Amino acid sequence: MANPLTRPLPPFAAALRDAAVAAGVAALLALPLLGFRLVDSATGLTLDYRFVWIAYAAGVVFAGHLAISLAQMLWGLRIRPQKATRASLFVGHTDRNQKIAGYVIIAIALVLPFFPFADRNLIDRGTLILIYVMLGMGLNITVGLAGLLDLGYVAFYAVGAYSYALLAQNFGLSFWICLPLAGILAAFFGLMVGFPVLRLRGDYLAIVTLGFAQIVRIVLLNWANVTGGPNGIAEIARPSFFGLPMTPTAKSGETFAQFFGIPFSPMHRVYFLYYLILALVLFAVLFSQRIRKLPLGRAWEALREDEFACRSLGLNPTTIKLSAFALGASFAGLAGSFFATRQGFISPESFTFIESAIILAIVVLGGMGSQIGIVLAAIILVGLPEWFRDLAQYRMIAFGAAMVLIMMWRPHGLLASRAPTIRLNHKPPP
Amino acid sequence: MDYFLQQLVNGVTLGAIYGLIAIGYTMVYGIIGMINFAHGDIYMIGAFISLIGFLIMGVVGISYVPLALAIVLLMAMVFTAMYGWAVERAAYRPLRGSTRLAPLISAIGMSIVLENYVQLVQGARVKPLQPIVHGAMTISSSANFHVTISTLQIVIFFLTLVLMACFTYIINYTRLGRAQRATEQDMTMASLLGVNVDRTISITFVIGAALAAVAGLMVTLYYGVIDFFIGFVAGIKAFTAAVLGGIGSLPGAMLGGLLIGLIEAFWSGYFSIAYKDVAVFGILILVLIFRPTGLLGRPEIEKV
Repeated sequence: MANPLTRPLPPFAAALRDAAVAAGVAALLALPLLGFRLVDSATGLTLDYRFVWIAYAAGVVFAGHLAISLAQMLWGLRIRPQKATRASLFVGHTDRNQKIAGYVIIAIALVLPFFPFADRNLIDRGTLILIYVMLGMGLNITVGLAGLLDLGYVAFYAVGAYSYALLAQNFGLSFWICLPLAGILAAFFGLMVGFPVLRLRGDYLAIVTLGFAQIVRIVLLNWANVTGGPNGIAEIARPSFFGLPMTPTAKSGETFAQFFGIPFSPMHRVYFLYYLILALVLFAVLFSQRIRKLPLGRAWEALREDEFACRSLGLNPTTIKLSAFALGASFAGLAGSFFATRQGFISPESFTFIESAIILAIVVLGGMGSQIGIVLAAIILVGLPEWFRDLAQYRMIAFGAAMVLIMMWRPHGLLASRAPTIRLNHKPPP
Repeated sequence: MDYFLQQLVNGVTLGAIYGLIAIGYTMVYGIIGMINFAHGDIYMIGAFISLIGFLIMGVVGISYVPLALAIVLLMAMVFTAMYGWAVERAAYRPLRGSTRLAPLISAIGMSIVLENYVQLVQGARVKPLQPIVHGAMTISSSANFHVTISTLQIVIFFLTLVLMACFTYIINYTRLGRAQRATEQDMTMASLLGVNVDRTISITFVIGAALAAVAGLMVTLYYGVIDFFIGFVAGIKAFTAAVLGGIGSLPGAMLGGLLIGLIEAFWSGYFSIAYKDVAVFGILILVLIFRPTGLLGRPEIEKV
């Protein structure tokens, strides 16, 4: 008869014990920050006590831990890392299904405004999601294809937004001229960041891009006579339908509604903006699909896999990296200028690190390199939280926790498989 | 000259704080090769626990300052270390052996969780604390300018020096330090030779978090105001310090912290406060262009 103390516990008892331990840790963690509350009072800061919250925290952790253990026992649900295997990245067994899914998603996106339940709220939300899809497509070039970790992507988004706002306000240029200009300017900024960091790899690159994004933000905040500082830029020109303004009355010429002989409705602009960003996204999708087949795109992926092999084959890492940075940035520039014209108001508040984190999370959670994955991740990370606007603070906690949990559940992202760019048609030698 | 001296004193104080946070980054990076993005927020939690600790001291009625300081220091280190441990256990350990980006994303997620957790339970407003350590010494004075070094600044220097000495001793001369260095060099080999790798990594997070808690305590005393967002900027600057000194190198982290503190102090003193962070990141970029491994980092030899 084995010693009862060393005998392994039955699974349920073990789960109970683990949950109790976790609850104990949670109670200790909660003691200083949940148990005491700092209260502002007339005489300065005072303390308030709410020890019952500690019990709540411990209870929630106990229940949660137990639930996960039970689920693991009953349904074999595993929250464990999948080992990083190279093969899993390249086997494209689902690429046919993904292609069909892609067409379905595009079709739904195209007809979305015509559904009876599509109110203004839904279209606005769709537009927001599409902005992030666009940003995800751009960052996907830098991170997903070329393997350059960029934590300051929001800087290019800001460059695009401010270049449209400033060009439109100071020189009266129209949206359609500014859009490509914003893309070019953002690409130029991409070159500027890319140039000094070419010799760096991996995490150094991440921190330099993060620093660069901070620099951009600080300049936007402090260069008040150009950027408006913390007040930002307001009353940015709204886009016109090829010169036809979408307003009730036009200063000169006809409005959009008059030209087509339909009554004016504020919804026209909402629809127009939705289709505009949809067109930009489709352009981005097509562009990144095609460029993967060009020598440049192949070079990006080759560089990501092995820089030394690349060099030995005579590829120039400098130009390859710079082009990835510049092209990725130009997409952000386009998205930024769309953002500026949609909001009509921009300030440095819109371009904080959290935006970079969200965009990177979309790319990584989507499964690096998978375009449908990006769309799915954008819907989950941007679309879903929008429903919970009222619970703003809980929303952000849930957002962060979702990032952690999805990484545990699927470290390769939601859709990890992606089509190989090139396939050998004969069997490899045994 | 006097002004220069004053900025030097201020810069070294700031540098001590950044250096203590930077150690956490550089240790974790050295061992498991990930940027522990949530480390800045661990430091923020340390600052909050210290602030709550001081108020508890006030309620309990311990008014002898050195004793209160010691108790709060211990309390902040213990509880913050537990946060560091819990974050590693919950968000990073399950991802070990996964893809390179997965722990980074998880860390960013954890950072968002911690920030919003503190904002939720303690409120978004800036929290002030009355000065606790009073007194200052004048080290040099001329007709219109006195260079002063406050008692608090002396405490900060002293505490940092003591901690650094203990820490260097632990890493270089104890069994734990040896296990850490072994894990850093080769995790698989270390585990084959009987080093409990998981435990060693946990302890690394605990030590890093405890040092960050000290930095948080210092900042609470030095600036007298904290909020839930201080972790982000301090975190990037401390990471910058770690990279500047050569990531993975412990003396490098301290040196980098000191340099960042000095750059910041002198830039705000002589040029403009608004652009001090631009100066910090600008210097970082310059250093990385000319010396990509940082000041004290070993050059990375790559084998094909």
